[in-house]
Amino acid sequence: MRRIYLDHAATTPIDARALKAMRPYFSEKYGNAGSLHYFGNEAKKAMEKARAEIAHAINAEPDEIIFTSGGTESDNLALQEIAYPNKSRGNHIITSVFEHHAVLHTCKFLEKDGFKVTYLDVDSRGFISPKELESAITGRTILVSVMHANNEIGTIQPIAEIGKICRERGIYFHTDAVQTVGKISIDVKKMNIDLLSSSAHKFYGPKGVGFLYVRKGTSIHPLMHGGGQENGLRSGTENVAGIVGMAEALKISIREMGKENACELKLRNKLIKGCLKISDSWLNGSLTNRLAGNANLGFDFVEGESIVIMLDEKGIAASTGSACSTKSLEPSHVLRAIGLPHVKCHGSLRLTLGRSTTARDIDYLLKVLPGIIKKLRAMSPLRKGVDISEFEGKIEHTHEGHAH
Amino acid sequence: MYSERALKEFRHPKNIGEIKNPDGLGKVGNAQCGDLLWTYIKVGKNKAGKEIITDIKVKTFGCVAAIATSSILTKIAKGITIEEALKINKEKIAKELDGLPPNKMHCSVLAMDGLKRAIEDYRNKKAK
Repeated sequence: MRRIYLDHAATTPIDARALKAMRPYFSEKYGNAGSLHYFGNEAKKAMEKARAEIAHAINAEPDEIIFTSGGTESDNLALQEIAYPNKSRGNHIITSVFEHHAVLHTCKFLEKDGFKVTYLDVDSRGFISPKELESAITGRTILVSVMHANNEIGTIQPIAEIGKICRERGIYFHTDAVQTVGKISIDVKKMNIDLLSSSAHKFYGPKGVGFLYVRKGTSIHPLMHGGGQENGLRSGTENVAGIVGMAEALKISIREMGKENACELKLRNKLIKGCLKISDSWLNGSLTNRLAGNANLGFDFVEGESIVIMLDEKGIAASTGSACSTKSLEPSHVLRAIGLPHVKCHGSLRLTLGRSTTARDIDYLLKVLPGIIKKLRAMSPLRKGVDISEFEGKIEHTHEGHAH
Repeated sequence: MYSERALKEFRHPKNIGEIKNPDGLGKVGNAQCGDLLWTYIKVGKNKAGKEIITDIKVKTFGCVAAIATSSILTKIAKGITIEEALKINKEKIAKELDGLPPNKMHCSVLAMDGLKRAIEDYRNKKAK
């Protein structure tokens, strides 16, 4: 069967050129970057070259880049290890309601430890307001964490404005840029960013490796303790092959960014236009200030997991914000944040394009999707005018796991 | 995540639709979790004079598990007595589908709740 991958926000295939660059570091140049001998130096040299290249990509200095295992670790390191050492200055953190769970759950964890967290709302188009952020700042605020672009609806947040507000007040500003590094130009100096999280597998690099940018002079403590690698901020033998692959993938992404974005944008807009021809459908999030490859659509009266499984059987890989697709059985917090009622959250479909996406892929999707929605609607008790207000109740947790 | 049997049932569900003038209608679900289920039944009598479910149809808004369990339940319930139908349990439904992921077991409970509610509705109407 022909397989079409439209889930690039989840992960991307590794670029062949990045894979080639990594290869020698598994079995030929396998040294530990901390060793004094030839093998160690060889690994160390490759790693420092990668560090310089990554720093250059975001206009940072090489010693401001800490290698980590990916986005989640970078977010945890940034939030926890800014929060604790600065607790004497204040215990207030500001973030937004639609951050990735790596940020949100870390904030929840910090709340249990005496920190106060303000979760900024987002508007119906999917943006946070710098003004609201400004008025949420108190004398006890030590850290602001706002994502660069949202992973579900792709809306790009005004982080340069936020960075400026934070810098003027001496508050640390962290941004989760997992969805944007390699896709949008980032200049940490111009944007007044103090900490930035990134993950290689989102920009055609390998999984299990990422980085955290930490601006010089930022007082941060390590999350991982041990051999003192990464200037003592992240112990553990460095993943040299992964780091080399990440740097190569990032160089390629930045080089091809303009061409890539133009191509994805054209195909994405064709996709959205085609999907919106289906009755009772809508686009989640603003069409402008949005990642080029992101489309997130809603279809009334049907449920997302069913759409995803039916698409999968036609060879198309997609994702959904439906509760049924998650372990928690809660619908997407992002779609809830932009004001969608529960039942509409369940009918969402995220399609994220990438380097390999072609016009033929989009044509094929647009050929099969209307039939799938029609089939599911024929099974559904919902249609225009059916009142479901009596079923809007809260989930009750019982011995069955959860009851209705 | 799903068994081949559950996916097969999802792809080709049986008894999907409505019954006009049903003897019983059960509406259950929770919009927050994303599953809503309308169960329609017709009730008749068998030779022994016992009430049996002569026809059953469902309409389901929900995930693969919700649709598959709805379908399998209608197959089990069609033609059996109301007493027997009320004894169907979630384990039996899950077993017919070669198991369900643990976080989807509640879908089989929902399918049963729908049928119970339809039978209740039938009994209430009859008592009037």
